[in-house]
Amino acid sequence: MGKTLFEKIWAPHVVRELPDGSCLLYIDRHLVHEVTSPQAFAGLRQAGRKIRQPALTFSTMDHNVPTTEDRMEIKDPISKAQVDALQQNCDDFGVKLFGLGDDRQGIVHVIGPELGITLPGLTIVCGDSHTSTHGAFGALAFGIGTSEVEHVLVTQTLIQKTPHTYRVEFTGRPGPHISSKDMVLKMIGIMGTAGGSGHVLEYGGEAVRSLSMEGRMTMCNMSIEAGARAGMIAPDDTTFDYITGRRRPYAPTGEALDKALAHWRSLPSDLDAQFDQTLTIDTNRLPPQVTWGTNPGMVVDVDQPVPAPDNARGYSPSDVKSALDYMGLSPGVKLTDVPLDVVFIGSCTNSRIEDLRQAAAILDGRKKADHVELLVVPGSQQVRLQAEAEGLDRIFKAAGGQWRYAGCSMCLGMNPDQLSPQQRCASTSNRNFEGRQGKGGRTHLVSPEMAAAAAVAGKIVDIRKWLEA
Amino acid sequence: MTPFTVHTGIVATLDKANVDTDAIIPKQFLKSIKRTGYGPSAFFDWRYLPDGTINEDFELNHPRFKGRSILVTRNNFGCGSSREHAVWALVQDGYRVVIAPWKEMEGNRLPGFADIFKNNTTKNGMLAIELSEADVNDVFDMVAAHTGLTATADLQAQRIIFHAPSPRSFDFEIYAGAKEQLLNGLDNIDLTLQYEADISRFEAQYDPLDPNS
Ligand code: SF4
Repeated sequence: MGKTLFEKIWAPHVVRELPDGSCLLYIDRHLVHEVTSPQAFAGLRQAGRKIRQPALTFSTMDHNVPTTEDRMEIKDPISKAQVDALQQNCDDFGVKLFGLGDDRQGIVHVIGPELGITLPGLTIVCGDSHTSTHGAFGALAFGIGTSEVEHVLVTQTLIQKTPHTYRVEFTGRPGPHISSKDMVLKMIGIMGTAGGSGHVLEYGGEAVRSLSMEGRMTMCNMSIEAGARAGMIAPDDTTFDYITGRRRPYAPTGEALDKALAHWRSLPSDLDAQFDQTLTIDTNRLPPQVTWGTNPGMVVDVDQPVPAPDNARGYSPSDVKSALDYMGLSPGVKLTDVPLDVVFIGSCTNSRIEDLRQAAAILDGRKKADHVELLVVPGSQQVRLQAEAEGLDRIFKAAGGQWRYAGCSMCLGMNPDQLSPQQRCASTSNRNFEGRQGKGGRTHLVSPEMAAAAAVAGKIVDIRKWLEA
Repeated sequence: MTPFTVHTGIVATLDKANVDTDAIIPKQFLKSIKRTGYGPSAFFDWRYLPDGTINEDFELNHPRFKGRSILVTRNNFGCGSSREHAVWALVQDGYRVVIAPWKEMEGNRLPGFADIFKNNTTKNGMLAIELSEADVNDVFDMVAAHTGLTATADLQAQRIIFHAPSPRSFDFEIYAGAKEQLLNGLDNIDLTLQYEADISRFEAQYDPLDPNS
């Protein structure tokens, strides 16, 4: 029987099987950020341990950092203490840090790929659930807790049960202005936020093969929102072109690259490979997706009304009612009728150069609505520099938007970028949980183009019709 | 780590599915570089009113749940962010056991807990028990009917008994490795370091860019 992409990566990484049937899995890349690492480093100090493979460990500051001009001066003393702790820990333990002020700094899931740290066939972990992003390269990448961060620092391994496999096939060709964000939101709507639990998703099909690396990263990024352990896409020429098309300091070159390419080309799932579960989604005529509730599975086609409490598949009436109350919505309302206060374009889901290009194409020559605040936050300083070289920053500013420095920003509002209570936001991020973008804030997840159009219209629009009008 | 063998305590209910880790411990508390001090902030946005006083309407604030250490909730508890702070907050707020139902959906069984959250519980001496939806419904009814209802979770026996006037007991499943770790309060790192020689041998022959060579 043939093997899946997942199986082809898993097997060579098993150091040994353990008596209880789990595996000791070798980890190729360990990404570290300031929020989930301090207690792990403290554990190392307490036990007098060292990092086993500092050269396989890479670190950045993203969650707490301000994104304004004066960002080098972190005014919140507690945020500053956390950022300073990471600096100290990286110095003490010999870990490479892309810190604030470094032009390679950015959201951990944006800089990994752009620096060539993320490569096909690797196992990649980080104390962050959106580590699933890196699966877009045909890597096995997943989020871990802080105790596991410490475990990887000390042993370069993790104890893992073998997950199940789940193939999601996106057939057809989505129409213009329909992105991988819409595809993956549709999927989460179908599967629910626990539908992928215990599984590694592999995305395939014509609609996935034709996605850029940025589009694939958006898709894999959201795997965790379906509860999946990881999401992955088989590497192909799009992947290899991304890795070799420009200088990526940690990617192999020359002979090492040739050898790697031969291996990478052997990774895609065999035609007769078996998956534990499968799902097929037709993307022909897929409408733009918008979330209406307080988790990413509470999502509708943009032209459909918000459901009634007794009529939302997979959710109890009381959960729907409490979500609608929190969101300030009534059953039957169309999201295209509800005014917005804020539009956020950013996060590890949608802050890469292609996302910004798509948003800029909509905003070019247009202005945001007066009552809307528009925040554009590039995922990394590299993205920021490239966007500026392409003149995208001028488009955002001319449209009335704020052009920021790299960081997680309003995706979770650990820094000063937060929604106020009851502010309504169209956001390109990944979580519409209660309070996620600021206590009492109301989040509608959308694609970058939908977010840009919403900023102009002052409310969510069906981009397909809006552009025609 | 504190071993988990047998625990008896008051049962409290939280009637909500898909409780995410942002709700269990909001972001502002993630700035701490310590492992302690999270207890009073568990469920912060639900637990307190904007002026900082107790929100009497929040289920877990009900006086009948005073002194509770067993939490019963709905499906997919702990979804979202990987933050271990969520488990630290629950443990430091006095919870030793959390119970959630698996859910049958179109022929698939969706687990009661999100994967990363469940991993994190084991590493912090907290027992996460999955029961069927029907059984958890019964537990909700029992708790509603009997103020101060207690239960005893026996990990070795893989059984939890609710001490209602007519007691109910439920058997539960747990992965062998997690059970052993909890029973003995084992530290995973110590465990793995026993295999240090295997790791070294592996590293000596291993090329991540061509692992099959
Ligand atoms: S952008 Fe948001 S989801 Fe991504 S790593 Fe930062 S906080 Fe997490």
